[in-house]
Amino acid sequence: MRIVCPFCGERELGEFTYLGDAKPLRPAAGTSEDDVFDYVYLRDNVAGAMSEHWYHGGGCRAWLKITRNTLTHEISSVEPAAGVGARQVAK
Amino acid sequence: MKYSIFSLARAAFSGHKNWQRTWRDASPKNHYDVVIIGGGGHGLATAWFLASEYGISNVAVLEKGWIGSGNAGRNTTIIRSNYGLPGNTGFYELSMKLWERMEQDLNYNTMVSQRGVINLYHSDAQRDAYARRGNTMRINGIDAELLDLAAVKKMMPFLNFDNARFPVQGGLLQRRGGTARHDAVVWGYAHAASALGVDIIQNCEVTSFVRDANGKVTGVETSRGTIGAGKVGMAVAGSSSRVAAMAGLRLPIESHVLQAFVSEAIKPLIPNVMTFGAGHFYVSQSDKGGLVFGGDIDGYNSYAQRGNMPVMEDVCEGGMALMPMIGRVRLLRQWGGIMDMSMDGSPIIDKTPVDGLYLNAGWCYGGFKATPGSGLVFAHLLARDELHKEAARFRLDRFRRGAMIDEKGVGAQPNLH
Repeated sequence: MRIVCPFCGERELGEFTYLGDAKPLRPAAGTSEDDVFDYVYLRDNVAGAMSEHWYHGGGCRAWLKITRNTLTHEISSVEPAAGVGARQVAK
Repeated sequence: MKYSIFSLARAAFSGHKNWQRTWRDASPKNHYDVVIIGGGGHGLATAWFLASEYGISNVAVLEKGWIGSGNAGRNTTIIRSNYGLPGNTGFYELSMKLWERMEQDLNYNTMVSQRGVINLYHSDAQRDAYARRGNTMRINGIDAELLDLAAVKKMMPFLNFDNARFPVQGGLLQRRGGTARHDAVVWGYAHAASALGVDIIQNCEVTSFVRDANGKVTGVETSRGTIGAGKVGMAVAGSSSRVAAMAGLRLPIESHVLQAFVSEAIKPLIPNVMTFGAGHFYVSQSDKGGLVFGGDIDGYNSYAQRGNMPVMEDVCEGGMALMPMIGRVRLLRQWGGIMDMSMDGSPIIDKTPVDGLYLNAGWCYGGFKATPGSGLVFAHLLARDELHKEAARFRLDRFRRGAMIDEKGVGAQPNLH
């Protein structure tokens, strides 16, 4: 598996660190315990294309949002993860 | 077919051409008291304990491929009971005791070899942590010895004791730990369960659950037709989320790939199972002479049963740090298996919120050593509808209640366990 970083180009996997599924979003403060439990502990554990967060610690140190097939490891898209840095890139 | 010295002699005189099949490859019946999904070690062990301990032999084990084709055939064959947290300590010792009598119980040579498991330590802090774990084990009646440097040198003189960054200072030894022949464990349980009337049904993939008006699971739809069941147990670690999703359940589990490795055969070198404490590397030597070793999971979600180069490099570096002389030994094989990584690193054995459906999952990369214990406690749950006392903490709702069993203490980040 190699990842084409939008900032650095194609790099080997060892430069990247995995966080996990990009789908769970931290619930707003004051939300129900069910929502927090769901966010912290439950996972879709997708078999197929999954959107996920990776960190390019061995390169540009940007957080990336990568769509990858968990059955084949095929990567179909790599983009900067949503955030201040990403918004600046999008300009 | 009963195996003994006499059956071996008889077969030898006929050139070993008349061995009978050791278990029955069954076709599905319409209905079973218990249907177990997953023909790996855990599923087959559960079936055998149901039949032998709990008197329920109208049992089917459904396997989508061939038995033992999943993680039961992909592990590094290590058995041990050196856990430190309540819940784990007692359960894994129960399993260890079952390993010690397995061959007699099953009338099958599973090559259980209590050659010892030693965890090396490389710092004062790590020695203290291992001393604490060893004390926890001893308080619970489990054997543990804290070895100093001199004792480790005597036992394994071939280690690199000049490693300036990670000097070997000693190790925590469990002499009763060791290895077992993984494929023989699968076949041994199949042999013994089949003899008690359990149907082992291969190439039978579950495609959905049959539910009655109240939502109770009353059977499964499979690639070989509908099979009714009084109760359904899942023992499909690696694919637990996918099977549970058929019943509308989401689990606190992620599937990750773990690689394992075998080198070319070399002369007898490693007398036990040993682990490098400053990285993640564990190794034993098979009877054929190959070094069998592994390390961390790759760290990203995967169902692909194959891993990537960075972890191979990391694992081999761990081996080189301990034994620089293996640097010219060639790697013979390498493979991957899919692990049910739970949110606290410990397994789940419980009823599910769906009536009639029972869960055995979340083994992370420690499922092989648990095989007999898992079979016993899961059979207990299926037969009696109550948790076995040594598995009472492996509840599905423990995450909700904050009753985690987190040996490593890294929290709800499955790829770090």
